[in-house]
Amino acid sequence: MPSPLPAAAGLGFKPEHFATIHQTRPALGFFEVHAENYMGDGGRPHAQLAALRADYALSLHGVGLSIGGADPLDRDHLARLRRLIDRYEPESFSEHLAWSSHGGDYLNDLLPLPYTDETLALVCAHIDEVQQVLGRRMLLENPSTYLEFSQSTWVETDFLREIARRTGCGLLLDVNNVFVACTNRREDPRAYLADFPLHLVGEIHLGGHDAEFLPSGPLLIDAHGSPVADPVWALFAEVIDRTGPLPVLIEWDNDVPDWPVLLSEARAAQSLIGQTMTGRSRHALAS
Amino acid sequence: MHSHPDLIAAFRDGLATGTLPPGAKALPAEIDRRFAVYRNNVTHGLIEALATRFPVVKALVGDDFFRATARLFIAQHKPTNPVLMLWGEDFPAFLRGFPPAAGLPYLADVARLEYARGIAYHAADPPPLTGEALARAATGADIACVALHPSVQLLRARHAFVTIWAAHQPGAAPGEINPLQEEIALVLRNRLLDVEIWRLTRAESLFIVGLGKTGHLLGAAGAARVADPRFDPTHLILRLSAAGALISRETTDV
Repeated sequence: MPSPLPAAAGLGFKPEHFATIHQTRPALGFFEVHAENYMGDGGRPHAQLAALRADYALSLHGVGLSIGGADPLDRDHLARLRRLIDRYEPESFSEHLAWSSHGGDYLNDLLPLPYTDETLALVCAHIDEVQQVLGRRMLLENPSTYLEFSQSTWVETDFLREIARRTGCGLLLDVNNVFVACTNRREDPRAYLADFPLHLVGEIHLGGHDAEFLPSGPLLIDAHGSPVADPVWALFAEVIDRTGPLPVLIEWDNDVPDWPVLLSEARAAQSLIGQTMTGRSRHALAS
Repeated sequence: MHSHPDLIAAFRDGLATGTLPPGAKALPAEIDRRFAVYRNNVTHGLIEALATRFPVVKALVGDDFFRATARLFIAQHKPTNPVLMLWGEDFPAFLRGFPPAAGLPYLADVARLEYARGIAYHAADPPPLTGEALARAATGADIACVALHPSVQLLRARHAFVTIWAAHQPGAAPGEINPLQEEIALVLRNRLLDVEIWRLTRAESLFIVGLGKTGHLLGAAGAARVADPRFDPTHLILRLSAAGALISRETTDV
């Protein structure tokens, strides 16, 4: 079993920041990379990842398995993932409750699925296969969504809890996705988080979103191209206070800012993780 | 009941046509806009992936033309797996047969060059030939022992595709280009893991072809003299070796 990710703030690795990271060795809990960007045979991507991995804990985050799809999992892609995991031995592997491939087309987006007994069985079979091929427990991430399905007979929190119960997988709680999806459903994100099985969470994601305006209110879009929004920080502070310290990732994948901006987002997350730790020791002393 | 495959297929088809998948639920006044977020994400994501891979093609045709062209390409040539770094191999041929781009006859050749750069960037990392092994090979003592690094690719074009590509790099000096000048390009990745493009003479290109086929430096030089009786491969061999582009033939068999 791999050791867990450190319960500290981490950053998504962007190649343009490699030299700065390599020279300054900033104190961060871990780096996360998208698995699919490291599926070439060699060259600079692997040279950088190997150097990064020597200094930091690593989270491998997949975006292409299509776990919520209707087709069988792509065995070649699973084999590529296995090779990557054998080579870098990341502390964590995570994927999404979403689909991205169908009938031989890869659509390069995290697309939504209805939550039914049928999709529950399918998703669980896919996760069983992933965990068997990779020889490890994976984390499953809650999605950002923009519409719902009338077919759904499960609410998302129950669906995720049941997947974890059946497969033994852990969960990746993306607090920005919670805010985006709940706002878009006109639901209360605090109610969602109150229902979320926080004891199964192995990592938290925070990222920025965009907003459009529809007749019924805002339509939020998970864009990862801006700072974490204030309401998401507020939700995160409440979550981390309940869970205690966890690995927390800042995701900023588009319009990537200069390194100091990213680092200050990670420091802000770290500060909230730290407050939880002092808060807990205070509680412990008082009891 | 197996409704999931039908739903996913309808969703996938609807991304192109705009037809909502069955069961999609939102306020009627908003549902198209909400579905369009997915439609835009898919199209925009794939266009950006192509733009990353073909930056000079994009610079040559301009942003709007590139996006419109990429949109048509994507409709016919979706990626078949999530490893997007290998996607786009069909784009040069698509551009060659794309009437609106007929005014830029060199566009497809520039696209070939850019695709080859991506292949070189991600190619495997076999160790370069040592100086001792190169010396043995060059003196003929150890015949047929040399191979080309997997990043090495030889491309010929009836257009000045290397010169045009180079003119669109940062800091390039402006100058007259005759696009109808034939050029031969060698694409490779150097020891610092940067991709380089060299212009080769016909004799040099025959040397590369011969070396790739036989692994024999002296034999390849002989083949090159068909094009240039005075061809001396020394300079090219030293350049290739300095770049780490020569490897042991045994390494490629592993």
